[in-house]
Amino acid sequence: MAIKSVLFKIKRQATPTSAPYWEEFEVEWRPGMNVIALFMEIAMNPVTRAGNPTTPINYDSNCLEEVCGSCAMLINGKARMACSALVEHLEQPLTIEPFSKFPVIRDLQVDRSVLFENLKAVQAWIPIDGTYPLGDGPRITPNMQEQAYQLSQCMSCCCCMEACPQFNESTGFVGAATIAQVRLFNMHPTGKVLKDERLQALMGDGGIQECGYAQNCVEVCPKDIPLTKSISSVGADVMKKAILDFFRT
Amino acid sequence: MATTTPRIIIVGGGLAGLSAAIKVAESGAHVDLFSVVPVKRSHSVCAQGGINSAKNLKGEGDSTWAHFDDTVFGGDFLANQPPVKAMCEMGPSIIDLLDRMGVPFSRTPEGLLDFRRFGGTLFCRTAFAGATTGQQLLYALDEQVRRFESEGKVRKYEYWEFLSAVLDSQRVCRGICAMDLRSMEVATFPADAVIIATGGVGAIFGKSTNSVVCTGSAQGALYQQGAAYGNGEMIQVHPTCIPGDDKLRLMSESARGEGGRIWVPRNPNESRPGKQVPEADRWYFLEDWYPKYGNLVPRDIATRAIHKVVHELGLGIQGQPMVYLDLTHIDRATLDHKLGGILDIYEKFVGDDPHDVPMKIFPGMHYTMGGLWVDNGQMTNIQGLYAIGECDYSIHGANRLGANSLLSCIYGGFTAGPNSVKYAGSLGAAPENLAACFENERKRQIEANNLLLNNPGTENPFKLWRELGDVMSRNVTVTRYNDKLQETDAKLVELLERYRNVNLNDKSMWSNQSFLFTRQLYNMLQLARVITQGAFLRNESRGSHYKPDFPERDDVNFLKTTKAFFAPDADEPRFEWEPVDISLIPPRPRRYDTK
Repeated sequence: MAIKSVLFKIKRQATPTSAPYWEEFEVEWRPGMNVIALFMEIAMNPVTRAGNPTTPINYDSNCLEEVCGSCAMLINGKARMACSALVEHLEQPLTIEPFSKFPVIRDLQVDRSVLFENLKAVQAWIPIDGTYPLGDGPRITPNMQEQAYQLSQCMSCCCCMEACPQFNESTGFVGAATIAQVRLFNMHPTGKVLKDERLQALMGDGGIQECGYAQNCVEVCPKDIPLTKSISSVGADVMKKAILDFFRT
Repeated sequence: MATTTPRIIIVGGGLAGLSAAIKVAESGAHVDLFSVVPVKRSHSVCAQGGINSAKNLKGEGDSTWAHFDDTVFGGDFLANQPPVKAMCEMGPSIIDLLDRMGVPFSRTPEGLLDFRRFGGTLFCRTAFAGATTGQQLLYALDEQVRRFESEGKVRKYEYWEFLSAVLDSQRVCRGICAMDLRSMEVATFPADAVIIATGGVGAIFGKSTNSVVCTGSAQGALYQQGAAYGNGEMIQVHPTCIPGDDKLRLMSESARGEGGRIWVPRNPNESRPGKQVPEADRWYFLEDWYPKYGNLVPRDIATRAIHKVVHELGLGIQGQPMVYLDLTHIDRATLDHKLGGILDIYEKFVGDDPHDVPMKIFPGMHYTMGGLWVDNGQMTNIQGLYAIGECDYSIHGANRLGANSLLSCIYGGFTAGPNSVKYAGSLGAAPENLAACFENERKRQIEANNLLLNNPGTENPFKLWRELGDVMSRNVTVTRYNDKLQETDAKLVELLERYRNVNLNDKSMWSNQSFLFTRQLYNMLQLARVITQGAFLRNESRGSHYKPDFPERDDVNFLKTTKAFFAPDADEPRFEWEPVDISLIPPRPRRYDTK
């Protein structure tokens, strides 16, 4: 399938409060080009398709191999990573936009700090005593490791939150990523010491009850993390806790 | 200073920076942590294969001394030995700590940590979390730092770029000057000590396995402020990378650790696809040339072997600069358990499934053994300024062994963290005119910014960068010739001249990424001269530094550290050399075909 050139349009925005506008570009195709490569071409030659000089695109990126979670954006309407979006597999003209549910900083850069705030709220860490030598860690079976590893690959890209219909301003829903992290830390021999606190954090406003089972999250997750399974599992734990709490009080 | 809480600034939030942050915060001192990206997106996340430590859980009789010897030997005796020994001895407790922090290390049937074999050793001492070990280690440290952050012990300045150190009239480091990448505000931050953990220099070579932020700009800026840079010429080219349009993607050494085999068709005109080439028509050249270490010879050896096979013997796959890395003989379950992450990368970016089809790879720039010079306590030659991780020169000598990088990052952080707090406690009263020093530095940086923003010119910085990467990759990586190195330095001088004519067509004062990149480019150009001239002056071959005109290691003349200092009047490096501390293991010839 020989492509000669790539036609794409980008939704740009100069500042958080200015109006968005579209720009169209056309660059020569080379084998293996991803969407990032298109941006790199524009940086070297910042001219629109119509021949008007413009500025390089501003976008978050770092690893370029889908492990850091930086370059999440909407490509042809789908929430995905730009680095693994190979141009030859995408329908042209490409439409490239920033995530719609996060405040825009500039062009394709958005503010995803809400996820990091959520991770603090659910204490997404193992509460070790200290870093002084304390001998071996707990034994973990290969089976347990595999389950943990799957969840631990979450790179906080926020694709799941972008795709989720319940993730919006009116619900304040935490989103699938945070819930999956709760499952991860609650399954660790030391981590489970904070199980109740984590579940409690998911029982307030914007908590796990906001999930509407749309299943968009698991469809877009670039790391194939078992998100809906995790929401189910944590949901059951939350239910158990609510019942026990009811009887305790 | 003893009564107030020490304040430590850490620049860089990768494995090294976060390790230091944890130790500092735990001791009760306050951390201001600066990073250009949210710390869990740091380049450490790309490390794949594993982290070394001599836990000896495979019944092989491994020891921290054997690990130490392998490392010093692998580095071709260029590293000062005491810190390397200290790192190897800290290894086992580091792994145990990471385990307790929840890193999902791969396990044995008994539930213990699993270890695999890696390059340059005959022992299985590499602990791993699938094939995304760096990511998993980074996430564990990121989580621990988030805990300290929620307790008010660490304050993060994410999306801030380090511009320079603030030095007082005695040239003691008293803080930093940095820029908010969103608002472009330039501000100074006081500290009792500063720890630099800013990683590698891949961007200087254009395409590399490094992430976008690995420009070496912070190191370049500090070098221009008087920090010594050690062994800059020692650049590691990883043997197995996937060539790409936007970057070279690493194909971890662990692929070979799990049994992957490198080969080329014997017939240069072989037209059959890899999988269909029968055994008799394949040449497993590493196994042939190095019977004992086979595919797990150290990286410099493997890279030169691949270059020889492709460029000298003309045996690249279908005339291309490519060789096969074959995993198809290994069962699917093993591949998925142990190498899943990297196989995903190959499939996603190349489109072939490595379970079924041999991968096509070629060497690519990967790591810098050289970096800011430090003493055995991780302090640079600037008092109060520490350097750790890939940005410091201290551990890996002339060649780094696979899976030692992650260990050296954490070792560096765990050493500099407590040292910086102790140093802070010993600091006398600040000199009187300190406030003026901060203000002067801030003004200097704002002026530099304004000059750049308003520069009327015609050169596109990204194009200049392409030319930089091109010439450095061509002449200053695997094979070095003195005439080419001189040509390269001349080209760098030309690029620095053309830089004066650079035009920032984006003049926005909000989140201006091209502006940031252009600032970094200047420091990259200066540092590139350190690397190139250092290579020119070292007339021997040692580890990753290979000169066909000087093919032997020359301990008499070159068993010494290259130390580069910036000479501001000449606007180029000047060099000194320092003898290497070889007090623990006497140098011996570095041969992997016999041992």
